Amino acid sequence: MISIRNVTKSFGRVQAVRDVSLQIRAGEFFSLLGASGSGKTTLLRMLAGFEAVTSGSIVIDGQAMESVPPHNRPINMVFQNYAIFPHLNVRDNIAYGLRRLNIPKPKQAEMVDEMLGLIALPGYGDRRANQLSGGQMQRVALARALILKPKVLLLDEPLGALDKQLREQMQLELRLLQQRLGITFVLVTHDQEEALTLSDRIAVMAQGAVVQVDTPTGLYERPQNRTVAAFIGTMNFFDAVVHRQGMPEVQVQGLGRRRLNGQDGGRPDGTAATVAIRPENLTLHSTQPGPGAVEGVVQAQQYLGGRQMLHVAIPGRTTPVAVAIQGPGDAFISSLSPGQNVWLTWKDDAVLLLDAG
Amino acid sequence: MAEPQIFNRHNRTLAAYAIGFAVFLYVPILFIPLFSLNSGLYQRFPMDGITLGWYAQLFTRGPVFDALQNSLQVGLSVALLSTVLAVPAAKALSRAVLPGKRPITGFVMLPLVVPGLVFGVALLVVISRLGVPLSLYTVALGHVVVCLPFAISILLPRFEGANRSLEEASADLGENGWWTFWRVTFPNILPGVVASLLLTFTVSFDEFIMAFFLSGTDATLPMYIWTQLRFPQSFPSLLALSSLILVASFALVFLSLWFARMGRTDTSLVSR
Ligand SMILES: Nc1ncnc2c1ncn2[C@@H]1O[C@H](COP(=O)(O)OP(=O)(O)O)[C@@H](O)[C@H]1O
Ligand SMILES: [Mg+2]
Repeated sequence: MISIRNVTKSFGRVQAVRDVSLQIRAGEFFSLLGASGSGKTTLLRMLAGFEAVTSGSIVIDGQAMESVPPHNRPINMVFQNYAIFPHLNVRDNIAYGLRRLNIPKPKQAEMVDEMLGLIALPGYGDRRANQLSGGQMQRVALARALILKPKVLLLDEPLGALDKQLREQMQLELRLLQQRLGITFVLVTHDQEEALTLSDRIAVMAQGAVVQVDTPTGLYERPQNRTVAAFIGTMNFFDAVVHRQGMPEVQVQGLGRRRLNGQDGGRPDGTAATVAIRPENLTLHSTQPGPGAVEGVVQAQQYLGGRQMLHVAIPGRTTPVAVAIQGPGDAFISSLSPGQNVWLTWKDDAVLLLDAG
Repeated sequence: MAEPQIFNRHNRTLAAYAIGFAVFLYVPILFIPLFSLNSGLYQRFPMDGITLGWYAQLFTRGPVFDALQNSLQVGLSVALLSTVLAVPAAKALSRAVLPGKRPITGFVMLPLVVPGLVFGVALLVVISRLGVPLSLYTVALGHVVVCLPFAISILLPRFEGANRSLEEASADLGENGWWTFWRVTFPNILPGVVASLLLTFTVSFDEFIMAFFLSGTDATLPMYIWTQLRFPQSFPSLLALSSLILVASFALVFLSLWFARMGRTDTSLVSR
């Protein structure tokens, strides 16, 4: 549906987007995820045609976009600040794009009513833009774009200005809407949770470049490097050095020597690497369960609704290790308090070996 | 937090200064309506008596109405023309990418500071060189030059305060530049356009120097006043006429400023 080929964008000396290539499929919910300033908006604006590419090409639905102005692209956008027309009421905002399509007035009114129903704002047609809340403006912006039945809908941090509760509700609505309409959505967000819950696939961006493109599960379970791993969920990182004499092993800071299950990717002897373990892949014990376990001291306990996070200090490491516990935990878990000695174990296949840095 | 304090400390001095300034500026002007009510022929204290007779006398003077009509014609055309010219100029100047933006802005604003005399003479030379006969048209031309900076300086903040992403949203929804201007840009600058029309009309209506150099046989109101100044017996009714012009001008300028401010907070509500 959308093919982005080696696209670069420079503003003077600043390279906002560097050599990005992406294939976005029809009907897909695709997210661009990255910290502020990583080039997400710039990439989206190039798709919409508000910025010209410095080099590379963009093809949408088989058509090269190079000389196509924004008003002729088969794409609509929901702006970060909604950009609701302040001089028009809700109805006229939603009907704005219909003028050009020569649709008879009664039919237009019907379409607008349908949209008002879709965004759950029936009866709001005569309100002015400044009488709407943030969430309502967001829905109007959505309706205004969707009424034109675009092939692709671009959304630039559409939920960023909403409070947490409303944001979670709108996330669900967005996902349902996208599945119902079957339109390709390209969402920009800096919120990894939002990207993980909404998307079919995610491109993680950093400093203008795409670092990894994968499904939410893929990004979570197989991050390609430390940037991605740090960005998606919570992760414990350990500095490590690869040893290849005899059995391939890594010398891990705080954990000692560890076997590798053939996942060192042929890194040569002495290479610095990073070992990463998800908090939920660590198990706590009250006594030493056997060889390979690591002893530590509980430092802090954090309740996060349905689960809790324990922070365990282990020798040879400055940052404590995070251990996630689902549910209330057993008697041992509930008896834990800061200062207590515990033992940590993990399954070897839960360990990820990533490039250092 | 330091700045408001500084302002507070100087508040009284500033207020006194502002009042003094207003007195200096407007008290002399107040003598005009005051003496227009004086029943005697000469302007002196104590006043001879109160009368509206000079105002009544205005209606018996045919040339006053001719001049008024001329001034209205010129004023309306000038207001329209200079505002229509100022809209694209202000739009271009408000866009950051225009090369040489500052010198161009300075150049457009020049008539505000160059003496009207210089501009009047210069235009007169050019116009007579071209062999164009002096008429109300040449007066209007001179007035457009004088009025353009006023129109632009009223419209420029409108464009600069406008939310850029509204125009992008319009383009995104399929409207080209022309339709985007009429459906989004224009409605958002409309109060500025009205303000500009009112202000430029007033400036033209009151303008004397350009009219002095560039008018032919048809006089505008200020020109009429000038020609009648020689006759002492008509002076009191000129004061009456001036008072009327004064009141109308004040009203128009206040209305213009009100429009210029109107809705400014509204649009910034949704801008970044
Ligand atoms: N119009 C512009 N002119 C100059 N620099 C820009 C412009 N737009 C974006 N940038 C720069 O490009 C980089 C990426 O910006 P952006 O795409 O907005 O990032 P994000 O949306 O991921 O926060 C930033 O360093 C930003 O300062
Ligand atoms: Mg952004």
